[in-house]
Amino acid sequence: MQFDYDIIVVGAGHAGCEAAAAAANLGSRVLLITMNMGTIAQMSCNPAMGGVAKGQIVREIDALGGCSGIISDKSAIQFRMLNLSKGPAMWSPRTQNDRILFSIFWREFLEKTPLLDFWQDTVCSLLTEKNRIVGVKTNLGVTFKSKAVILTNGTFLNGVIHIGEKQFGGGRIAEKESVGITEQLREFGFTSGRMKTGTPPRIDGRSLDFSKMEEQKGDENPQKFSFLKEIEPLTKQRSCFITYTNPIVHEILKTGFEKSPMYSGRIKGTGPRYCPSIEDKINRFSERERHQLFIEPEGWNTVEIYVNGFSTSLPEEVQMKALNNVPGFENAKMFRPGYAIEYDYFPPTQLKNTLETKLIENLFFAGQINGTTGYEEAAGQGLIAGINAHLKIRDKDSFVLKRDQAYIGVLIDDLITKGTEEPYRMFTSRAEFRILLRQDNADLRLTELSYKLGLATEERMKSVLEKTKHAKSIINYFKKESISPEEINPLLVEKNTPEINKKTKIFTLLSRPQLNIQHFISIQKIGFELEKYNQESIIQAEINMKYEGYIEKEKEVALKMQRLDELRISKEIEYSQIESLSSEAKEKLIKIKPETLGQASRISGISPSDISILMVYIGR
Amino acid sequence: MLFVTTFVAEIMPQLNHYQDTICAPATAQGTGAIAIIRLSGNKAHTIIEKIFRKKNLKRFTAKEVKTHTLHFGEIYSDNTLLDEVLISIFKNPHSYTGEDMIEISCHGSLYIQQQIIQLLVHNGARMAKAGEFTLRAFLNKKLDLSQAEAVADLIASDSEVSHKMAMQQMRGGFSNEINLLREQLIQFAALIELELDFSEEDVEFANREELKNLIEQLKNKIQSLAESFSLGNVFKLGVPVAIIGKPNVGKSTLLNALLNENRAIVSEIPGTTRDTIEEEITLGGIHFRFIDTAGIRHSNDRIEKIGIEKTYEKIKQASVVLYLFDTIKDTASEVEHDVSEIKNKLSDANTPLLTIGNKIDEGTGEQTTLLYSDTLSPLFISAKTGKNLSLLKEKLLSLINTNVLQSEQSIVSNTRHYEALQKSLQSIHNVQQGLNNNISSELLALDIRDALRHLGEITGAIDIDKDILGTIFSRFCIGK
Repeated sequence: MQFDYDIIVVGAGHAGCEAAAAAANLGSRVLLITMNMGTIAQMSCNPAMGGVAKGQIVREIDALGGCSGIISDKSAIQFRMLNLSKGPAMWSPRTQNDRILFSIFWREFLEKTPLLDFWQDTVCSLLTEKNRIVGVKTNLGVTFKSKAVILTNGTFLNGVIHIGEKQFGGGRIAEKESVGITEQLREFGFTSGRMKTGTPPRIDGRSLDFSKMEEQKGDENPQKFSFLKEIEPLTKQRSCFITYTNPIVHEILKTGFEKSPMYSGRIKGTGPRYCPSIEDKINRFSERERHQLFIEPEGWNTVEIYVNGFSTSLPEEVQMKALNNVPGFENAKMFRPGYAIEYDYFPPTQLKNTLETKLIENLFFAGQINGTTGYEEAAGQGLIAGINAHLKIRDKDSFVLKRDQAYIGVLIDDLITKGTEEPYRMFTSRAEFRILLRQDNADLRLTELSYKLGLATEERMKSVLEKTKHAKSIINYFKKESISPEEINPLLVEKNTPEINKKTKIFTLLSRPQLNIQHFISIQKIGFELEKYNQESIIQAEINMKYEGYIEKEKEVALKMQRLDELRISKEIEYSQIESLSSEAKEKLIKIKPETLGQASRISGISPSDISILMVYIGR
Repeated sequence: MLFVTTFVAEIMPQLNHYQDTICAPATAQGTGAIAIIRLSGNKAHTIIEKIFRKKNLKRFTAKEVKTHTLHFGEIYSDNTLLDEVLISIFKNPHSYTGEDMIEISCHGSLYIQQQIIQLLVHNGARMAKAGEFTLRAFLNKKLDLSQAEAVADLIASDSEVSHKMAMQQMRGGFSNEINLLREQLIQFAALIELELDFSEEDVEFANREELKNLIEQLKNKIQSLAESFSLGNVFKLGVPVAIIGKPNVGKSTLLNALLNENRAIVSEIPGTTRDTIEEEITLGGIHFRFIDTAGIRHSNDRIEKIGIEKTYEKIKQASVVLYLFDTIKDTASEVEHDVSEIKNKLSDANTPLLTIGNKIDEGTGEQTTLLYSDTLSPLFISAKTGKNLSLLKEKLLSLINTNVLQSEQSIVSNTRHYEALQKSLQSIHNVQQGLNNNISSELLALDIRDALRHLGEITGAIDIDKDILGTIFSRFCIGK
């Protein structure tokens, strides 16, 4: 039995699993401590991965050599590419997943990782020496030593579950909460806060009448998250269904309001505005006569159903009675009611951009402990924390993704710079460079960075090089070759766009909104040229040509920001001594301690003139 | 999201390795006969080559002249002569900022300065930010490290002043209007973002026709705002001064007297409505527009009544009201009555009203002054002999000074607003084109955010993303 590791990861959710896998695959000896080996990588809420902005994150994790993409693909029961009617930057992959398979595949994957050990127990305290972490102590009284610790406690820190007037401790339904870590961290000087989230009831699918609902099928040609060639897209899929609440349902729900922990004030934590409970929806948007519910199967071989859109903490009998008035749910039987959970988090402005805490060296936080919500956000942080913990204990340069490189970069920069007052979820609108941060080019953006670290495999790197090369030669061909009016005009007429009267570069024509690269394939010589390339490279080339202007514009701004981000602010700078700064600016700067001028400029409340003043002080 | 770029766009130009070219007046305005405008950055010399001609329209080439030399010539906007000027040329690193610099010495009129700065901006320069010349000097090691605190102070206080100035200028509805426009744009942006981030939700999306209408409205409003700012109302048309007085009270004599003493440059501005304008005169660098009125006598004559109504309209438009009376003919009680009548008609109780007694050279002369009460405290002049005319000028200028119409800051913020409005107009135009071409919404969003950012430069609101997301969450039921 070993008691001394390089890195200990506390918690085996989406953040913990990615952190442990990354660190171990990079060569660190890692111990993963979880309360229950049977709930590794639980999907505590809906059985799905990806979606708008989140799907891009999963693609990024995969491009970096993380596992969430592969495991999502292998456990998928349905695939949809969302937002296809919008531009390519908005295309967002999403899967429905088999909850049990998802967990099994993760555990299998982790078990195959040679440098990774497991320990089932609850960590009750952290061991430190001179503001540096040196290990953890568990409820069983075992002490493990390590050079770094990554905390990924999810909703477990002092978790309290609410259903109607009932209230009890727990990290998830039927699982114990974790006590002691928050209290200890507060003694170290950390600030903690309270957040709230909720989940809907799970229903017995055998009791539902699906004929009364709309069917929502998967894509006809399903794609996948992982860039790895060996991962295959789905060949068969399960459908989801859509139904709606109605005024009767709303009236019944209202009868439970007085027993609701939300309205009685028993819940103090802040919940997300974009993931409201059903009681919140009918309360805040009382003019709406119905709300959409997504009926999602929990797997291939289970009848369990997830009622997406019906998150609630009302008394279970009210939940049941209300649901029975939803079309298709007349005879519904419940497996378990929905509930709300409150938990501790640590405002993430207490972190560095590596997710290491500012107060305790080599202690890292990832996932809901940082005030985020979502499997994808958690997994992305876990990956970055795992990589950086590995680098830190070897005194190597940190691994930080910039805002123009990845959604993960936007996520972490937002967290450490702006903090968050409600559970933080990624939206594409949070990314100022969203034309650059597309799901189709996550590998081109990130794989090389990870390959250099030694995490992404050579196989991944090779396919990136091939994709880049092929896309380039397609673009060259389009920019070089011209097409005659006779060849192209019939198509232009058909597409209702002006004809040409002299030979024109194909590239010029492609920029017309009415035309896409598929249209050109029907033209013999171009079609023949494109035949040599795979679909991914063709799409890559098309996007780069069609959106060239926008892409260049964003790259230009990104370059400017990069310069600002290169101006490092000395740790010794004494903001309180700089008289010219506004008092708000001083206060924020002292609190956040930005590492670069770029980061300082992103703190809310810092004005351009504050930055000019800082520029003077950081010198020339 | 683009919240961040907002900031970058504002700050980046200040970095020394990102050299764009900045300009600003360097002298305090209003008092001097000459003003200096500074231009600094790697395009300073090429910009001046575009607009400056030596005598006989000969081209000026910066390369052919030495640093620290002085050149006489003229500044042209297209083919229109703006002013005769002297320019000093400085070549990097031998200048205040350490960059290529030009100093233009032009006539002191605010109007001229405004025109020249506008021309520089059109040719690729940018209005300097608060303290930016000094910041550049510092970053280029032209100032000692010990001066850091002083430089920082300058930036802080300058930006405070210019913000105050902007707010003052914006009084009278501009600021409200811009905030309202911004609000509408944010709603628009929220609708677009809703489509993008929440396409899976059961929310209704705005139809494209409605969006087109909204953007058309926004465009028209911003356009008219930008036009009103284009030269700054005040600088273009002059400070409106309504002269009220009976027909024979000596208005023409007064105007002629003011004119004769001030042969300052007065430009002809095409398109200005001139029918009601008696004279345009530049006094101490400020362009005044004197508006004649029909007087305020009580009358039952219908035609005369219309004339009086018109007078009151003029009073309402004026920044300063000049009430001229005849010290020989008008009695004290008549004057008092007129003054209170005028005060009632002012649209803004703060509009300065100057009471002036003319013709002190005639009749009983200066003793007359004793007849008028202290509360009126009129200024006594003789338009004919010119007595006390300089006092009147000083008085006028001091009123304008307190009205913030003066000082280089007003040019600066004026030009900034103009720039910002022009840029947001361009972005709005792009949105409109995008809507017509049916481009996808995330590209529309780019231009909307650009427009929002530019409007925010005027109002000081910069956190666009928070506003947009906040709007989405408050207006729409989002989330499964």
